[in-house]
Amino acid sequence: MMPNLSGRVKMPEQPPEIRARNFQEVPFGLTEELALREASRCLNCKNPLCRTGCPVAVKIPEFIQLIKQERYAAAARKIKETNALPAVCGRVCPQEVQCESKCVLGIKGEPVAIGYLERFCADYEREMGLTEIPEPAPPTGKKVAVIGSGPSGLTVAGDLIKLGHEVHIFEALHKPGGVLTYGIPEFRLPKKIVQAEVDNLIKQGVRLELDSVIGMVRTVDELIEEDGFDAVYIGVGAGLPTFMNIPGENLNNIYSANEYLTRANLMKAYMFPEYATPVERGKHVVVIGGGNVAMDSVRTALRLGAETSTIVYRRAREQLPARAEEVHHAEQEGVLFNLLTNPVRFIGDENGCVKGMECIKMELGEPDSSGRRKPVPISGSEFIIECDMVIVSIGTGANPVIFSSLEGVERNRWGYIIVNEETNETTKRNVYAGGDIVTGSATVIQAMGAGRIAAKAIHEKLQAMDRKK
Amino acid sequence: MRREYKIIEKYEVVPNVHKFVIRDPRIAKKVKAGQFVLVMANEKGERIPLTLSDWDPKEGTITLYVLELGVSTMELVSLSKGDSLYSLAGPLGHPAKVEKFGNVLLGGGCFGIGGIYPLAKAMKEAGNSVTVIIEARSNYLLYNREKLEGVANEFFTTTSDGSEGMRGHVQDKLQELVKDGRKFDHAYFMGCTFMLMQCARATMPHKIPTGVALNAIMLDGTGMCGCCRVTVGGHTKFVCVDGPEIDGHLVDWDELFIRKHIYREEEAVSYQSHACRSLTGYEREAKGGGEA
Ligand SMILES: Cc1cc2nc3c(=O)[nH]c(=O)nc-3n(C[C@H](O)[C@H](O)[C@H](O)COP(=O)(O)OP(=O)(O)OC[C@H]3O[C@@H](n4cnc5c(N)ncnc54)[C@H](O)[C@@H]3O)c2cc1C
Ligand SMILES: Cc1cc2nc3c(=O)[nH]c(=O)nc-3n(C[C@H](O)[C@H](O)[C@H](O)COP(=O)(O)OP(=O)(O)OC[C@H]3O[C@@H](n4cnc5c(N)ncnc54)[C@H](O)[C@@H]3O)c2cc1C
Ligand code: SF4
Ligand code: SF4
Ligand code: FES
Repeated sequence: MMPNLSGRVKMPEQPPEIRARNFQEVPFGLTEELALREASRCLNCKNPLCRTGCPVAVKIPEFIQLIKQERYAAAARKIKETNALPAVCGRVCPQEVQCESKCVLGIKGEPVAIGYLERFCADYEREMGLTEIPEPAPPTGKKVAVIGSGPSGLTVAGDLIKLGHEVHIFEALHKPGGVLTYGIPEFRLPKKIVQAEVDNLIKQGVRLELDSVIGMVRTVDELIEEDGFDAVYIGVGAGLPTFMNIPGENLNNIYSANEYLTRANLMKAYMFPEYATPVERGKHVVVIGGGNVAMDSVRTALRLGAETSTIVYRRAREQLPARAEEVHHAEQEGVLFNLLTNPVRFIGDENGCVKGMECIKMELGEPDSSGRRKPVPISGSEFIIECDMVIVSIGTGANPVIFSSLEGVERNRWGYIIVNEETNETTKRNVYAGGDIVTGSATVIQAMGAGRIAAKAIHEKLQAMDRKK
Repeated sequence: MRREYKIIEKYEVVPNVHKFVIRDPRIAKKVKAGQFVLVMANEKGERIPLTLSDWDPKEGTITLYVLELGVSTMELVSLSKGDSLYSLAGPLGHPAKVEKFGNVLLGGGCFGIGGIYPLAKAMKEAGNSVTVIIEARSNYLLYNREKLEGVANEFFTTTSDGSEGMRGHVQDKLQELVKDGRKFDHAYFMGCTFMLMQCARATMPHKIPTGVALNAIMLDGTGMCGCCRVTVGGHTKFVCVDGPEIDGHLVDWDELFIRKHIYREEEAVSYQSHACRSLTGYEREAKGGGEA
């Protein structure tokens, strides 16, 4: 086949004016024809630079070659050699700064749509019922506790169950998936995909213990000393909301993004009253922040009926940390952007509900430690944005619940766990950690990569234990 | 693979208050006085907080008292013996502060009549002299008497209609005891927000250190969402992880009522007419008396 150097395919998607009012997934996925066309653009490089941009080094040219041969399920399996959740990553990875940023075609034109192709074959495999449940290895008699069922915990569980260890996942909430379930909205990541991945793990024998807040119902020490777990993996994420600490923050209708999205996604408040959990439906909603979480919140608010839904972010457009595609989608859907703007206080009405937010304009000054030009306030530029709902989405921190009863696991000054980077072992023997609770808020694929490293180290440790006997 | 949380026993103790005994050996083994659980009656339900009001580690059971209020408590109450709850997570929250204070005063209203029992027991075991006061609108709405009397050194009831004990509320009895020269070294109250505020205001002039079991609206119960935040002494606290016991003299009550959309007095009152419709008589009193 001739390499097709004509432009990158466009993903078919719901028109903005329609999708901005429903919770169905925005992009439809590539058709087979489009996938073949896109795959044909890949040069199958000898020295594939794209792989160096992927945190788990997915075998990108190899899987794309299989797509060219129309062997889609085989392509999915090729990806799964290093990435257990391709249907998820194909949708949510920030490809433009990872794999696709390194693709050689990007030098002169547009990079191969690696994310779209990844999604295509993973969806094909799942929808055609071709997912293979690996034969379990003979039982090793070793037991591992995984705390948290986010992407990093699921990866550890998947890797270790294949090797014959007994794996229990302890999850605080009533549904598994971590941020994939409670944070990222249905219109970006349908929950049935997450559920299918979890179901596969359960079919392989992973035991999922929901409603289990470790630190409260059991402690890590009890898991090891009383319940006989040989190793523990902590993948509890970064579940502590940060607030602005400015006047008026406890007014009604000021939500943390965590609360807003949890109500909307986990509790399905968008289907209220069929689902009993309510969420306020603001008419003029302001979201503070510029990351994926802010984009998800601002777009959710539109879908819940907002007339205006506005991002307020203190830096400039180029500095928005969200995935490019999400920013683009948000713009198409009519989200307003108030950039280089920072809130100073909230203003309440006589009923204690927020009715406005005073902001100050910012300008870019000298680069800061992260190399980004630092926003500095322009004095005298204060103005008021009228709104009836605010969602604070300025980042998260380390949730302390698990640590109330956890001795010997050292943490850095932000509260995140310190690990040995080769093994992801913590300062406590046989206790490992990874994902957002180590790095602070990062990405799905990084959390999975951390899980993979820990799973390998745990397996080696467990084998060594046997040899000692 | 859902866990099973079987309802072993369930009945209406007094009108509108239902006692549940549920099997959950993990929680029964771990719980301490003052902690709570988050419960979902079914998959589409809300996650609602309920106080762990008793437990039996040998039997592996816990006891909850549910005051039927709105949709979620109604759905819970519609479950029967033998059914399983959809979700039950706990124990959550800090255990209440229990130490040898000396003379301890405990007050309970609505579900707090059930909920203070573990406190009374723990305070007693810690070597305190325990005085318990409970309140309801009328005598037929008082419950848990025998259990509370069994652990308390002193036990009083109050009713809005005077049908049993003193006519009035917990804070009225409290005032009377203090006037009689009684000294208390620590107080703890559990019940609806209005009662908590009244009681905390009553102990303030006498400088009795006071804990209140705040019932903020919750979602995850693990400090992840911030929806239960309250201002305490000028600082934001999350009731689910920093509480539920909060220093009653430092709570910003006005804000707490605002956060429940009930800033003005009438709203506070009409809220109470929901929260305690069968148990106390604030709403009627505040609206100028008269029996319903
Ligand atoms: C709204 C939102 C949108 C995002 N969008 C993207 C995106 O587009 N692309 C991308 O790559 N990344 C995105 N991210 C970031 C990404 O989701 C996270 O980096 C990733 O989920 C971290 O995975 P994790 O496994 O470390 O933790 P999490 O996914 O946070 O999962 C942790 C799990 O542990 C459970 N837990 C916590 N404490 C306990 C305890 N004590 N006991 C038992 N269980 C516990 C939690 O309930 C949770 O289920 C987004 C994040 C959010 C919040
Ligand atoms: C730590 C804690 C322990 C609790 N223990 C118990 C208990 O042991 N037994 C018990 O019956 N209840 C207890 N509650 C209160 C209980 O959680 C609420 O009554 C319940 O969530 C109401 O749900 P609903 O859907 O039935 O009512 P809704 O329809 O949600 O509410 C009905 C009315 O009650 C108000 N309301 C809603 N949520 C709360 C709340 N959390 N507290 C007070 N008022 C509220 C609403 O504004 C509305 O006016 C506790 C609350 C907390 C925070
Ligand atoms: S996992 Fe993410 S970064 Fe890696 S190839 Fe797939 S889409 Fe790209
Ligand atoms: S760098 Fe681009 S063209 Fe080369 S193998 Fe990777 S995806 Fe294909
Ligand atoms: S209930 Fe979410 S932080 Fe307390």
